[in-house]
Amino acid sequence: MSDHDHQHPHAEIVHAERPGYYDIMETAVRELLIEKHLFGPEEIRRQIEVLDSRTPALGAKVVARAWIDPEFRSRLLADGRAGCEELGITFYDDTQLIVLENTDAVHNLIVCTLCSCYPRPVLGLPPDWYKLKAYRSRAVYEPRAVLAEFGTHIPDDVEVRVSDSTAIVRYLVLPKRPDGTEHYSEEQLAALVTRDAMIGVIPVTIGSGQ
Amino acid sequence: MTDKPPRRIAGIVAATGETPIFEVGGRVKVMTRAPVGHYRVPTYLRGKVGVVDAVIEPAAVDNEEEAYGRNAGSRRHYYRISVPMTSIWPGYAGSPRDDLRIEVFETWLERI
Repeated sequence: MSDHDHQHPHAEIVHAERPGYYDIMETAVRELLIEKHLFGPEEIRRQIEVLDSRTPALGAKVVARAWIDPEFRSRLLADGRAGCEELGITFYDDTQLIVLENTDAVHNLIVCTLCSCYPRPVLGLPPDWYKLKAYRSRAVYEPRAVLAEFGTHIPDDVEVRVSDSTAIVRYLVLPKRPDGTEHYSEEQLAALVTRDAMIGVIPVTIGSGQ
Repeated sequence: MTDKPPRRIAGIVAATGETPIFEVGGRVKVMTRAPVGHYRVPTYLRGKVGVVDAVIEPAAVDNEEEAYGRNAGSRRHYYRISVPMTSIWPGYAGSPRDDLRIEVFETWLERI
């Protein structure tokens, strides 16, 4: 960040804590791999750059395109990865993508109960709460209670479908297009679509994305 | 020119793992196993019964083997299966139509 000429005062940002067990292990493994020439520092830096280039804005563009282009939507639902690749989103990690469409009959929610599997090529890094045990266990055990805590109340006649992502498949929720957006442009639609809506914890609304 | 689909050539025998063993709509049971080490089937699903919702194509390496660097020779299919929430959790609070979807490697499933 280069915007460090802001006015409010704050304490100097320092790294005072001693590294934890996993910090030390990560450093040791990384140094060993570099020492053994299995990869170099440039490849690590490059991969960080790859990950940094992936943000929820990409997923939002995919969703907006699916809303305005029915043929793209069908292709995306048939093969999520190929649909995203059409828009130039590459999959660097050998995962497949299933796009889950929310409808009047089904509400989709995604979770990885084992760790933190997440559609990183399209959404970037997951939010911290997605990786917490509380979310990971409760999303499969009491999804409606979890959704209610996000302010999302799903009627009983709508199926809650939880997809637990554990192996080679990643999921992206295609939220319902909000009413009253018929005249919106693709860019205006994309601006409404948030990360949380593509995880399935909230719907997309006209006020969202601000 | 006609639009007839190409006829499949008879007599081709697929190797083990090339073609999926389970079909969409088939009932399957997640095996009850307690492997030591890396696994990808959550414990809450072991022994549960589901229905195959989709066959994940193409066949892929078993992630559990891949974790140990064994990346070759173990390609089989993953299946997206559907399991009713009420069959996983006694006293599930929610609609009886709520369900869980998960992809499971072929060697973890048995036909019932």
